[in-house]
Amino acid sequence: MIDHSDDPAIDRELDGNALAGMLESMFGGDMTAVPGRCAHCATINMVGAMRVYMGGPGAVLRCPACDEVVLRVVETAEATYVDARGIAYLRFERR
Amino acid sequence: MASPIAWRISTVGAIRDETASVRTYTLKLPDWPGHQPGQHVDLRLTAEDGYSVERSYSIASEPERTGEVDITVERIPDGEVSAFLHDDVVPGDRLEVRGPIGGYFVWDVPLGGPLFLVAGGSGVVPLMAIVRHRARAGSTVPTRLLFSSRNAEDIIYREELDRLAAAGDGFEVIHTLTRSRPAGWTGYDRRIDDRMLTEVLEPLGAGARCYICGPTALVEVAANALVRLGLPADRVRTERFGPTGT
Amino acid sequence: MTERFVTRGFVGRRNPTGPGDIAERVPPGQYLTNDFPVLSAGPTPRTPLDRWSFTIRGLVREPVTWTWDELMTLPNREWTVDISCVTKWTHLDMRWRGVSLDTLLEHVELEPSAAFVIAFCDGGYTTNLPLGDVLNGQAFVAWEYDGKPLAPEHGGPARLVVPARYFWKSAKWVRGLSLLDRDQPGFWESLGYHNRGDQWLEERYSGD
Repeated sequence: MIDHSDDPAIDRELDGNALAGMLESMFGGDMTAVPGRCAHCATINMVGAMRVYMGGPGAVLRCPACDEVVLRVVETAEATYVDARGIAYLRFERR
Repeated sequence: MASPIAWRISTVGAIRDETASVRTYTLKLPDWPGHQPGQHVDLRLTAEDGYSVERSYSIASEPERTGEVDITVERIPDGEVSAFLHDDVVPGDRLEVRGPIGGYFVWDVPLGGPLFLVAGGSGVVPLMAIVRHRARAGSTVPTRLLFSSRNAEDIIYREELDRLAAAGDGFEVIHTLTRSRPAGWTGYDRRIDDRMLTEVLEPLGAGARCYICGPTALVEVAANALVRLGLPADRVRTERFGPTGT
Repeated sequence: MTERFVTRGFVGRRNPTGPGDIAERVPPGQYLTNDFPVLSAGPTPRTPLDRWSFTIRGLVREPVTWTWDELMTLPNREWTVDISCVTKWTHLDMRWRGVSLDTLLEHVELEPSAAFVIAFCDGGYTTNLPLGDVLNGQAFVAWEYDGKPLAPEHGGPARLVVPARYFWKSAKWVRGLSLLDRDQPGFWESLGYHNRGDQWLEERYSGD
């Protein structure tokens, strides 16, 4: 895991839990416990463990292992855009 | 039954002061579907002209308490939502919530332990749901809560934590105060660091499930340390509250 | 649209826009603040000044690069401008020091086809603008805010500032500009933010 504890904006960095409600309303179920594989470094982390940066209407999820963009989300007045190119896969376990 | 992502209207029941700047609100929701300890609700406030803001608040109460949830809110000076809750909301008011939300930062008895809980300030709220559930379920899984607060009077849930720790069922609380200590203080007296984590974790062993919640800087330090100590990443669960906590 | 539940007594922490002359300076849908909120798309980059550079490249005869020391020798000035963020805060009279993009562009010869710029930054952020939106005093590269070196969380050592556009166009941690013959949507413009971002026309999202 990349250590960001000396980032001057450290407190602005959240995690996937901060997007839980929005992701659930888009995907129809909890996403924070879903493991995702980073398309850049292949590390697998649950969405809840990924780093989140809030940029206003836009939010960015980054891989905790390599810091690359895993997911980008923008909520406009009418729609939510999701760029998932940074995810190699999401794994939804069937019970 | 409404789906978990639909907005519901709760009615504020009791409001309780935890510390000078922290309050617990009981939100009555007769159709509440239940929750897992660690989950949160989203709260939405809407003005007459349609302007609205949302915040997430961890559920402080155990799922064994049905039909209502507690949220514990620290009043942040100039905090748009927390100041409104503290200054304007009274029992009987209705507040829009949706939830329960979250499946990553959750623990219940079937998951087992040992349990290592690390809290900074209002980060203790979701961990308190875990602790209360553990007690109600009669679990004896070895559990330690390392709790960082600024001053002794800022320790949220202090009396209840003392009482639970005295029950002799394997639950212990270790406090650290970062700003000032009262006379005769025997707890830690500094910010959470590697050495403190190693010491407090030691009796629980490397098989512990860890839950860390609080300001991002604290979560970052603690999570990095536990991973360096060899705990598997998926047993170190984190919830960052950002600069303003709840 | 479903009927929204209204919360008793809630108005929000919006500042009134103030007396008439102040109100005129606040773009539609914005509220005033004296804060300087930090929003970002990633961790704060930390390029040391001795490895920092600013480059203009793309549709130019010869690309040009300045080291930090070289940038400091360029004519620079104080800029006091109003800034508006798409998240609705507006902060009046923010005081910066930096060099105009006009001054920087004087050092390159643009190809006739150069019509757009894309700013590129440490951390990978990009934002796009028509060339005409950054000439004639409309944009500058700033390294000081409020008389002090620009803090890393606010884009230091240097950021782009384009006051007539929502602040997402004022790219933090800027490292240069590419001149292009066609528009290339940047980091947020490619995912739903408005391509141009004029706050007086409330160009927040694509389709506005």
